[in-house]
Amino acid sequence: MSDETMTIIIDGVEVAAQPGQTILEAADQAGVYIPRLCYHPDLPPGGHCRLCTVKVNGRPASSCTFPASDGLVIENDTEELNAFRRTIVEMLFVEGNHHCPSCEASGDCELQAMAYRLGLLTPTLPYLRQPRQLDASHKDVYIDRDRCILCGRCSRASKVEDGKTVFGFEGRGIHKRIAVDGAKGLSDTDMSVADEAARICPTGCLRVKREGYRVPVGQRTYDHTPIGSDIEHKKATR
Amino acid sequence: MAEDYAKLVNETVEKFGKDRGRLMDIARALHAELGHLSEDTIGLVADALGIHRVEVRDMASFYAFFSREPKGRATIRLCNAVVERMKGADEVAKAFEEAVGCSFGETSEDGKISLEYTPCIGMSDQPPSALVNGVVLTRIRPQDVPGIVAALRKGEGGGRLHEGGYESSEVELNLRQTGPVVFAPMERGAAIRKAVNMTADDVINELNRARVRGRGGAGFPTAMKWDFCRKAEADAHYVVCNGDEGEPGTFKDRVILTEQADLLFEGMTVAGYAIGAQEGFLYLRGEYEYLIGHLQQTLAKRRRLGLLGENICGREGFNFDIRIQLGAGAYVCGEESALIESLEGKRGAPRDRPPFPVQKGYLSRPSSVNNVETLCCAARIIEHGADWFAAMGTKDSTGTKLLSVSGDCERPGVYELEYGITVEKLLELVGADGAQAVQIGGPSGQCLAPKDFGRAISFEDVPTGGSVIVFGPERNLLECMRQFIEFFVDESCGWCAPCRVGTTLLLKQLEKVLEGKGTRADLDQLERLGVTVKTMSRCGLGQTAANPILTTLRNFPDLYDNLIKPGDFIPSFDLKKAIAESCAITGRNPELEEEHV
Repeated sequence: MSDETMTIIIDGVEVAAQPGQTILEAADQAGVYIPRLCYHPDLPPGGHCRLCTVKVNGRPASSCTFPASDGLVIENDTEELNAFRRTIVEMLFVEGNHHCPSCEASGDCELQAMAYRLGLLTPTLPYLRQPRQLDASHKDVYIDRDRCILCGRCSRASKVEDGKTVFGFEGRGIHKRIAVDGAKGLSDTDMSVADEAARICPTGCLRVKREGYRVPVGQRTYDHTPIGSDIEHKKATR
Repeated sequence: MAEDYAKLVNETVEKFGKDRGRLMDIARALHAELGHLSEDTIGLVADALGIHRVEVRDMASFYAFFSREPKGRATIRLCNAVVERMKGADEVAKAFEEAVGCSFGETSEDGKISLEYTPCIGMSDQPPSALVNGVVLTRIRPQDVPGIVAALRKGEGGGRLHEGGYESSEVELNLRQTGPVVFAPMERGAAIRKAVNMTADDVINELNRARVRGRGGAGFPTAMKWDFCRKAEADAHYVVCNGDEGEPGTFKDRVILTEQADLLFEGMTVAGYAIGAQEGFLYLRGEYEYLIGHLQQTLAKRRRLGLLGENICGREGFNFDIRIQLGAGAYVCGEESALIESLEGKRGAPRDRPPFPVQKGYLSRPSSVNNVETLCCAARIIEHGADWFAAMGTKDSTGTKLLSVSGDCERPGVYELEYGITVEKLLELVGADGAQAVQIGGPSGQCLAPKDFGRAISFEDVPTGGSVIVFGPERNLLECMRQFIEFFVDESCGWCAPCRVGTTLLLKQLEKVLEGKGTRADLDQLERLGVTVKTMSRCGLGQTAANPILTTLRNFPDLYDNLIKPGDFIPSFDLKKAIAESCAITGRNPELEEEHV
């Protein structure tokens, strides 16, 4: 099946897939949206957030890493899976310290937008209120770990897109944090404001300084259309 | 001084061939020498290896046995696994705190001794136990503690401590019942000599006919694993033995490695022949460091006998050798893809599958990761034939199984039994009367109630990697489950959100119920969280971490029902507790309305 187009079935609908594509890539191409946070089209998948978990022939698997192959039967937009996804988004909210009204990413934040899309109104889980470090040492970029969801996008982008290794992880389990390649913080690394990594964070964690309010609230990415609309739009315009 | 220090780092890195893949060994060696891995050390290692500082820190900050802060010259790691606490570990902990003069997680004022807790170290049959700078102490009584601490203070290595490795270790064997497969006398090289006179396909076919399945618990057919690995095209293939048994309550591999290391290496060599590998690895959990001398000697003897090395058993071109890789305290490395990451000198984070290790494993080459016991079975099957093996056990679970039994029973230890034995029969054998529950397969397995004691230990009924923990009638079962969840909180690698956050939330939610602040809605929430973590997590750790709760909700609903209160909601927030400190400072005691208290 080397050059052949394959067919996978997502929620009963046939979707074309090319060899080498993951389920998520094939779905995106066909205008079928699978919720995701840690995935970014320019980067290799990370498999961190698990929001893109679908059922592949009845078994849960992350669609961002699972290769598409002919005849796969996939469940995606089901009440069961969306409830699990909603719970994970809720977990991310209580794990960090997210204050949407005072966060400069509000309206552009994928975590916030995902909560709206999945219908999460208010967390029912207890806040963990963990202490997290802010790193404002760099002249152009800052890290507010309160808002980090450990998606690893910055780390992958720095490696793959920028050819650097500015970011990595540190610690394990609930104490895992994003780390930088310097003994004294971000200013001690070769991070540049021009790096792809500087603008790849889905939340308000890794931000470019002095840009926060360039786009006014009300005109931001998710102010008028839910997250995923751009992908679903492909289907609507066919 | 600073020069000496830089020299030490450089020499250590040189000793391991300046190989980034050996970062685990480099970090272990430097940690042993320096007592901790400081940011300076990490920077020097990164420079010497030509990699980024953040990569070294990523790895060094992951493993429990690596400290980033200075520690005492001796670190006492007291095991606080469930069975150890059932058998007096809390009293021993108190004695240590008194004798050392600091709490767990701290270092004594004179800087000589640090106290740490560690999860199961594979000594549940002889609790309470501890690791002191890698040496195993077992059956510690509170009255032994002052002597141990005094000796460590004097720098003697200490009281009941012995220098060196396995021979002088005080670890008891506790092999209670031997069987025909693993614990039977063996002749070195018998299986290899048979294998090299067969084709690789025939070796795999023999395992296929024996219907042997992976002993780690998941039960994947071994022949299929070897076959996939063999057929995956690559410039190298690897045999990896998973000697990272970390499931609380399991210690069967400890007994195999002590008594039958030769049989294991025999199995690994047969695997090397079958899949076309020239190199094999035994990934040995850091807790079993005390066995390494004995294992290295066994490997050396086998090299001398021509059972490892080049042209093994006279078979032209069959070259195979084995290296032992020590871990550094991480349960998740028992998961095969996390183990491979660790073997490559990285943090033990599992990989997404596919691709599976048989396609892309160690160094992205096809690798067959097998349990210690499975490899022993493989050697015996080649030695005695598939029919001999398949005649034992049940239809879907052939052969014998090693069970590590601990907890409330008269004869804890390792039992080699044919598959199919009922829980009831097993309890009789180990001397456990009136058990209220049995945890089969450790925390990641299931907690069975007496109504299920008629069930059979087998892949088709109650599967297990070997851990069997008996809970007597007096035990607070849900408290034990709480400790199991605590274990998963500590051991979650943190890669994926549902496991990283979900395990902590499960613990909080369970504690709310155990504190009598739960309602029916809290039990529903507990179940909702549990099913989310189970379904959405990336690897086996997360997928099983909720099992202590989910299986007791199913099998012991009364225990939960007795704890919950009527009504819809009880806040977990305690106003009185929250303002207690300010009340004490101001000397005011506001009258709180009853509904707030």
